Amino acid sequence: MDDMNDMRMVERAVDDKDLKITAKGVDVFYGDTHAIKGVDVEILDKTVTAFIGPSGCGKSTFLRCLNRMNDTIDICRVTGQILLDSEDIYHQKVDPVQLRAKVGMVFQKPNPFPKSIYDNVAYGPRIHGLARNKAELDEIVETSLRRAALWEEAKDRLDQPGTGLSGGQQQRLCIARAVATSPEVLLMDEPCSALDPIATAQVEELIDELRARFSVVIVTHSMQQAARVSQKTAFFHLGELVEFGETSQIFTNPKDPRTESYITGRIG
Amino acid sequence: MPLIWIILAVLALGAAGYVLGRKRAVSSAGGDIRILHSLPNYYGMNVFLSAVVPALLVLVVWLLVQPAVIQRQVTQLIPDNEVMNSGELSLIMSDVRRVADGLDSAVEQGALTREEARMIRTEFTNIRDTLASIGVALGDDVNADVLNAAQRYRSLQNTGNTVMAAAVLILAALGLGYAYSRTHKDFRARNTVERAVLAILILASTIAILTTVGIVLSMVLETRDFFHLYPAREFFFGTEWIPSFEGGSHLGLLPLLWGTLYITFIALLVAVPVGLFSAIYLAEYAGRRMRGMAKPMIEVLAGIPTIVYGLFALITVGPMLRDYFAEPLGFGTSSSSVMTAGIVMGIMLIPFVSSLSDDIINAVPQSLRDGSYGLGATQSETVKQVILPAALPGIVGAILLAASRAIGETMIVVMGAGAAATLSLNPFEAMTTVTVKIVGQLTGDTDFSSPEALVAFALGLTLFAITLGLNILALYIVRKYREQYE
Amino acid sequence: MTDASAPVPPKSSLYATSDHVKRRNRTEARFRAYGFAAIAIGILALILLVISIVSNGASAFRQTYITIPVELTEARLDPAGNRDPAEMARVTTFGYAPLLAQALQQHLQGQGISMEGVTPRDLMAMISQEAPAQVRALVLANPEIVGQTVTMEMLAGGRIDGYFKGRVTLETAERDSNVSPAQLLLADRMVEAGMIETRFNWAFITGPDASDQRPEAAGLGIAILGSFYMMIVVLVLALPIGVAASIYLEEFAPQNRFTDAIEVNISNLAAVPSIVFGILGLAIFINFAGLPQSAPIVGGLVLTLMTLPTIIIATRASLRAVPPSIRDAALGLGASKMQSVFHHVLPLAAPGILTGTIIGLAQALGETAPLLLIGMVAFVREFPDAPPEGFFDPTSALPVQVYNWTQRSDPAFVERASGATIVLLVFLLFMNAMAVILRRRFERRW
Repeated sequence: MDDMNDMRMVERAVDDKDLKITAKGVDVFYGDTHAIKGVDVEILDKTVTAFIGPSGCGKSTFLRCLNRMNDTIDICRVTGQILLDSEDIYHQKVDPVQLRAKVGMVFQKPNPFPKSIYDNVAYGPRIHGLARNKAELDEIVETSLRRAALWEEAKDRLDQPGTGLSGGQQQRLCIARAVATSPEVLLMDEPCSALDPIATAQVEELIDELRARFSVVIVTHSMQQAARVSQKTAFFHLGELVEFGETSQIFTNPKDPRTESYITGRIG
Repeated sequence: MPLIWIILAVLALGAAGYVLGRKRAVSSAGGDIRILHSLPNYYGMNVFLSAVVPALLVLVVWLLVQPAVIQRQVTQLIPDNEVMNSGELSLIMSDVRRVADGLDSAVEQGALTREEARMIRTEFTNIRDTLASIGVALGDDVNADVLNAAQRYRSLQNTGNTVMAAAVLILAALGLGYAYSRTHKDFRARNTVERAVLAILILASTIAILTTVGIVLSMVLETRDFFHLYPAREFFFGTEWIPSFEGGSHLGLLPLLWGTLYITFIALLVAVPVGLFSAIYLAEYAGRRMRGMAKPMIEVLAGIPTIVYGLFALITVGPMLRDYFAEPLGFGTSSSSVMTAGIVMGIMLIPFVSSLSDDIINAVPQSLRDGSYGLGATQSETVKQVILPAALPGIVGAILLAASRAIGETMIVVMGAGAAATLSLNPFEAMTTVTVKIVGQLTGDTDFSSPEALVAFALGLTLFAITLGLNILALYIVRKYREQYE
Repeated sequence: MTDASAPVPPKSSLYATSDHVKRRNRTEARFRAYGFAAIAIGILALILLVISIVSNGASAFRQTYITIPVELTEARLDPAGNRDPAEMARVTTFGYAPLLAQALQQHLQGQGISMEGVTPRDLMAMISQEAPAQVRALVLANPEIVGQTVTMEMLAGGRIDGYFKGRVTLETAERDSNVSPAQLLLADRMVEAGMIETRFNWAFITGPDASDQRPEAAGLGIAILGSFYMMIVVLVLALPIGVAASIYLEEFAPQNRFTDAIEVNISNLAAVPSIVFGILGLAIFINFAGLPQSAPIVGGLVLTLMTLPTIIIATRASLRAVPPSIRDAALGLGASKMQSVFHHVLPLAAPGILTGTIIGLAQALGETAPLLLIGMVAFVREFPDAPPEGFFDPTSALPVQVYNWTQRSDPAFVERASGATIVLLVFLLFMNAMAVILRRRFERRW
């Protein structure tokens, strides 16, 4: 395993990519708690960006700002500016529903709907009206399942409930489900924390492949995982963005002492 | 001896036993309570329990059995031709009881001496007037047979009460003596007391089973009698309900069942959408303040007794529906109707459906909601396509429970649906239900040997079977659903 | 992996809401409005119900009285002249009625009030039929007042009372055979003369029921007492039995068929229609055991069986809420299982048990259907004795009294029934408030 990781580190040459998301001075409050303090970050297209940090540091909270999932929590308040392709996603004209079609999300625990595998994947395209007819929908479902590397395992049981799959398969189904709406950005909130090592490896491999089409942002508590899958890494601590840069630089040559303590296992 | 004195005497004996037992235990240990097997209180408790429990149990059983025994004895004194004349034994028996009680209270108030009351004769005294003067009203002059029976009733009652008091007190004393004699420092008092307490606990929990047995037995036996008098086929498949106490009744279940189901259907038509949408709104949309205000208000509807809903149907909803809908639209002029009862019952069921659905909707894991919102679904899409399908089995269970409630509901239909047994489709027409007819056939002076009265038990059994079936099905579905998320 | 090209929607600005999303948002708004409407319907129904009952029933607490001086002539009331109550009791209410008619007529003449269009018979009809009985009771209680002229306050007849409460108007009086407009106009003149007054009516709450023709005299006293007796029976039986059963099931019962049977029975009994319990009461307690009809003891027993599941479910929930650590701590100190339950678990669960009991009692208080079957609809005018003998005397019950009054023809009974409902609801409100306060005060979260 270690060998493989080193290989990837080397291969990871970051070239100039388009800017996908820009966050400027983002603050988040839960009631009276100041959860995120003045975060600035730039997320590139066709890149995997990892958010790392000790638990409770605000990395998940910040991730949920990027597709306005925090809107569903009553007491949560977000200030500052987050631009998606230079459009402010918190602008009053923006419909979060439309935004979330562009910025998909995969959650910590696999959460397939209690429907068939097919209906799970078709859910997004159906509500967004992406398919004109059944044939198109079938095609979207197949493509998405293929992109999530689940087609071979699932093609014969599309009408069976998604909850009947194994944990790793369920998570890949959730990724397929998110991919099916053709998002531009894919947010992943600790997608492997509920999976066993083999399933984790499969999902990580998949993330690397998804990079070809999407901008991927992944929150992880595992530094190894961040090192394995990401090109950019942001380190959060106590609601602040401490350091943001090339993954290789963060892990080999951190600038901030706090990052260094965390990487070497002294915080967290 | 009044009942309360017997009970107090038994308790007093028990208390005395407690003190004695405790004292004896302590003294058997030579005052050193450390060498007792159990704490001194347990020795006292042991004596108390063995004095009180058997005595009170006998008292209760005696109180339940004595009236039946006396009744049987006294009934034999009533000549058959008398029964023929009044047509009804129970009416004569209630006269007998009233005369007997009247004589007792006459003695109490000093209008008669004890001796006079015992020797009183219809030939010499107008008993009706004598009793009327002390405030006991009789419908008829008292004849010799009734008086004779009443005197017999009094003497039996007296003897019974005296023997009961004696038996109970002697039993208490025996229990006390026995337990006291066993009290010794090595006696395992705590274990004995705890075994007794456990036995009492088990006895208490068997009451649930006894109740069910009582319900089933009371209805099955009478229903069997009914089917001896009236063919079961005609009862279950008869389309006419025309009871007549002179005989020759038609007692068909179908019109009643039709009324019941029609009203239930309308009630569900009101309660399910309103209850379900309220639950959805409260669980998914309402803010904390709104939820804190609206939820208790809707739940208040569940705490209102059905008689109040019945009154509401009778004085407000019924006339309103008649004046604004039925009459202008030409559907009829009855204020009691399927619609009246159905709507009011629907209102009653709203909190039932909404709180059950609320629980069930809240049991759907948040992760499913997040998953759906994360894909860009709106709240209503999430509710309709993810939450409701996930909660469906539970909601179906809730609706079945509501239906079973509606089928068994009595007061609203008694006051709002009417009494006419018809097989009609017009919802503004008065119809009747199984429960209305149970009440109708069993209230007032009833002759429990006629099919017209016994049919109520068959109706009751039918009702019990239907609601039981629905409940079991609903509980099964709900339980299956709970397992899915646990 | 084949990269079949999925149809990619044209790139769009976030600021421009697409038609499709607009349509979806409209559906969303509609859906939300349905939910809001549903809640509004529920609350509206509650408000309508309360308004309907209160507007119909509030007037039951006020009653119209006619005050006139009445000469209690000895010749009529005590012909023997010896003031012996036993002999005076021979004079029935029919002997008193003419006395009142005369007194009223004389007083009106004395005051110069015209009796235009009102015959003496009609005049008597303005006083409740209950009035002679009230005067008779007063005279029998105080024989010495015979021969004096006493100022009496008497119930006005139901229609006259209705006139002052707005139920009867001059127009309806035209069509009513029981009252004429002339009587109502006379009543107006009597008000001016200070003879008629409408004020709070304690007798409605404390008095006994009255017959079909005397709605103005009907009271709730016996019904309240009957309900109260039944609640005592329920409390005395259901609380200990329910708690004992819960303790056994929650703390001691082994997992076996017997326990399962009890569990299934309890959950089913909670859902059995109440009328079925009435059939049980009729068949077992009255027909088999021979207990008297209409007696609070039978009602109490039936309601006990109905309330048991509620109390058991509540008690078990609060026993279960006591953390196992408490039991372990007691057991660890060498207490027996029984001691740990009775000394530690039960006291901690007590507030929850009490709350459940109050709620169970409130349910039982409002229950009507089973009581109809055990004969509590009977017309009862005599107050029951004190308990425990009183438990065997015939009484009514609050909710049954409501039903009873709705079955009577005189429309004045609608007011009575609604008034009785208000009393019932006040009791229930009080009990539920008590439960809420108990829960707030003692609720403990572990």
